[in-house]
Amino acid sequence: MTSSLATVSYIGATILFILSLGGLAHPETARRGNLFGIAGMSIAVLATVFGPQVGMGGIPWIVIALVIGAAVGLYAAKKVQMTQMPELVALMHSLVGLAACLVGFASYVDTSLVFPTAAEKTIHEVEIYVGILIGAVTFSGSLVAFAKLSGKIGGKPLLLPARHWLNLAGLILVILLGRWFLNTHSIWAGMALLLVMTLIALAFGVHMVMAIDGADMPVVISMLNSYSGWAAAATGFMLGNDLLIVVGALVGSSGAILSYIMCRAMNRNFVSVIAGGFGSGSGAPAATADGSEPAGEVTSISAVDTADLLRDAKNIVIVPGYGMAVAQAQHVVCEIVNVLRGQGVAVRFAIHPVAGRMPGHMNVLLAEAKVPYDIVLEMDEINADFPETDVAIVIGANDIVNPAAQEDPGSPIAGMPVLEVWKARTSIVMKRSMASGYAGVDNPLFYKENNRMLFGDARKMLDEVLGALSA
Amino acid sequence: MTLLIGVPKETFAGEKRVATVPEVVAKLIKLGFSVAVESGAGAAANFSDDDYRAAGAEVSPGSAELLGRADIVFKVRPPTLDEVGMLREGATLIGFVWPAQHPELMAALQARKTTVLAIDCLPRQLSRAQKMDALSSMAGISGYRAVVEAANAFGRFFNGQITAAGKIPPAKVFIAGAGVAGLAAIGTAANLGAVVRANDTRAEVADQVVSLGGEFVKVDYDEEGSGGGGYAKVMSEGFQAAQRQMYAREAKDADIVITTALIPGKPAPKLITAEMVQSMKPGSVIVDLAAEQGGNCELTVPGEAVVRHGVTIIGYTDLVSRLARQSSTLYSNNLLRLTEDLCKAKDGNIAVNFEDDAIRGLTVIKQGELTWPAPPPKLPAASAKPKASSAPITAPKGHGHGAGAPMPVKSLAIVFGVGALLFLLVGLYAPASFLTHFTVFVLACFVGYMVVWNVTPSLHTPLMSVTNAISSIIAIGALVQIAPPLAEGASDRPGGLIGVLAFVAITLTAVNMFGGFAVTRRMLAMFRK
Repeated sequence: MTSSLATVSYIGATILFILSLGGLAHPETARRGNLFGIAGMSIAVLATVFGPQVGMGGIPWIVIALVIGAAVGLYAAKKVQMTQMPELVALMHSLVGLAACLVGFASYVDTSLVFPTAAEKTIHEVEIYVGILIGAVTFSGSLVAFAKLSGKIGGKPLLLPARHWLNLAGLILVILLGRWFLNTHSIWAGMALLLVMTLIALAFGVHMVMAIDGADMPVVISMLNSYSGWAAAATGFMLGNDLLIVVGALVGSSGAILSYIMCRAMNRNFVSVIAGGFGSGSGAPAATADGSEPAGEVTSISAVDTADLLRDAKNIVIVPGYGMAVAQAQHVVCEIVNVLRGQGVAVRFAIHPVAGRMPGHMNVLLAEAKVPYDIVLEMDEINADFPETDVAIVIGANDIVNPAAQEDPGSPIAGMPVLEVWKARTSIVMKRSMASGYAGVDNPLFYKENNRMLFGDARKMLDEVLGALSA
Repeated sequence: MTLLIGVPKETFAGEKRVATVPEVVAKLIKLGFSVAVESGAGAAANFSDDDYRAAGAEVSPGSAELLGRADIVFKVRPPTLDEVGMLREGATLIGFVWPAQHPELMAALQARKTTVLAIDCLPRQLSRAQKMDALSSMAGISGYRAVVEAANAFGRFFNGQITAAGKIPPAKVFIAGAGVAGLAAIGTAANLGAVVRANDTRAEVADQVVSLGGEFVKVDYDEEGSGGGGYAKVMSEGFQAAQRQMYAREAKDADIVITTALIPGKPAPKLITAEMVQSMKPGSVIVDLAAEQGGNCELTVPGEAVVRHGVTIIGYTDLVSRLARQSSTLYSNNLLRLTEDLCKAKDGNIAVNFEDDAIRGLTVIKQGELTWPAPPPKLPAASAKPKASSAPITAPKGHGHGAGAPMPVKSLAIVFGVGALLFLLVGLYAPASFLTHFTVFVLACFVGYMVVWNVTPSLHTPLMSVTNAISSIIAIGALVQIAPPLAEGASDRPGGLIGVLAFVAITLTAVNMFGGFAVTRRMLAMFRK
């Protein structure tokens, strides 16, 4: 295959990747989008393997490596629980980061590359340096995120004293090392500098994610998604490969947009997120601003009465949170929905952007439980409908339905967009106890007159509701 | 030991209600109690003795026998002194008592060492207590019935119609006092098609009036009439003058006037004067729900319907009894909720727990000792005064390309300035080969931006896994390193090291490549209509 043919194949692959992301605009076209992605990847890999840059001697190694990787990847994809998707995604980000590092090192020690001018050599070295830097941060950050998500280490933020200064010192050190690196001419001295910088980058990645609260994971995941894209783009610059640059930029901007959406949904500042170590400024469980405890009484309700309410309702909205996934209650929820829909009750789901542990996580969990996607709505689509809703059920969520975000300017979550369940005729909150949510803010919703609390394990309670409904 | 609940026949003249209906009997038995009902107790409300037997109650032939052995007595009206004499010593009585109006009854109950829970003394501002608020459920019924009585006495349609013979205008209904009864009347009259206007001294009920299909009429005078506990208070002289004018205007205009104004512990305010009645159209109807407390209209005769100046003035005091089956059902549900709270253990025993604000308020006599009036509940009315500072914060709206509002000019200028500077630097120092890649990079960022904003939020997780899969494109970098066809003379290339690094990199990215696409496929297969 000639060089031009390979380049044309790359352009084809690029188009297919863009179509792949474009396909995700709607669930109908998403499956086709995924196929476009697979096709693009196959074309890109085949064009490279049979292209001018790979000698015949490498092909057996490539096949072996692909087979091993494919076996592991396919096994993981088959076995993963949908609740564990965030962990899997974090782990995969770390692989991309590590691969970017390895490619960077290999490129640096490769003496067969010849540069016509000194400027081009310098640029190449800068690209290597930056590529490894981003790759290493992505790698260690993702590993820590994985460990936090899977509960291997606690979700509590680890806040070192003077951590912002530590980060700044690391950054300055990395820049100084970079200058030094560009001025060395011996490969092995350069290699040593690269290794030192990699260690600093790894430490930086660990520190950054360690400082983030478990509740902010949706932002972290999408941010790391973005980083892995930028790592690929840097690798593309390093190798002078446009395909890598385009794909890296696509992935990078996708992750950045997702983190932006997540930040907005949590009312946090985007810039401080990208810089890392955010969300801890207000970390201490901030007392309600003017010390005004929500006044009023909490009214509890039994599962049987809940079933009665549901049966008499015409219009129901269910607001699921991560608590539903933890209790593995989504299948029971789906059965309840089926029974109610069978009786002509309009049931819909309202999804807050940060419900769950990663963007869109709730949608996947509901889809897994066979809830039709056309009754699963986004916050902006459904918020206006709450006044016409008879019953709103909140399952395992707290902060995302907290009216204090709108009513109390002193609240730590003031200004965060929330689902306005309190406007429904009756709201039912399923909760284990009266404990507050991640933000450590008391929820005035529980004390509203039209709110009822259904205490207990979500799964068990929903089973009882289902039993009462079917009876 | 389980307690026996006794339900005697009501003895008050014209009273048709019964304190417990068969449906509730079954639920009380589930709570562990046994229930005895006096023969014929439910007859006036269309519940036969057989209905009670079928629900599990025992039917007792006479009230003396029943009251003599019942541990708990459920009643509607306050007991007569005779009935108190029949009560077992130490029994518990639950029902309307009105302790302020019946001092001699209270004394007799105390002498009998009874425990008395007066449902009329319920602290109504507690939201938890609403389920047992019998005053509200009775008021709702009388509001409904008031409209039905008015329709009966009124010689025209309520709703406007256009018939072949001509147009009929809708009836105009004016309702004074938008409490529970007033609101029920508003809803009922509006449902019949009438044009409904209503007034209340408490401005906060305006929304409720509108939500039921009525129009709220304001008095042109600035004074807030909330007297705490959800009741109205007596207003100032200036306000009352303005109010009288408004009533005169509304009464003249209306076909039907329903008055529901009551102030606790005081005679009903005289809202509708004789002149106002005179000014009304002949054939109009006034229903005075405050008749028992003297009436809101000067010409009301309590307990009767009279015609004065061509206007029918209905002052029935038994409106609730005229809907006996409905009111008995609601009343006995209120008592059931109260009993549930008294019997948390569901073992057929009751505990009068003074820690509970609702129960403390209800209990007017405990084992012969006067405990009335109860201290006000600890809770301040939760919604008494909305804080001035709590102006709603408008959350940033908008989905799609960035925030809803366009960026302010200043920050836009800064962004453009920084961008221009960066491009200038790149243009000055970077070689041409870099610039081609840079062009591709910048354009790709924009394509990515446009494409990703179009992704539906419900597919964000698949988006992440698919971007994960395609970021394994980094494999290309490793592929070109593993064994490039080498140019002559480049023999000092550390091929072994590079080969190992590249091999590991390919393996890692292959995990992503296959795993990412496979898991995306698995997820997307689950999304279905």
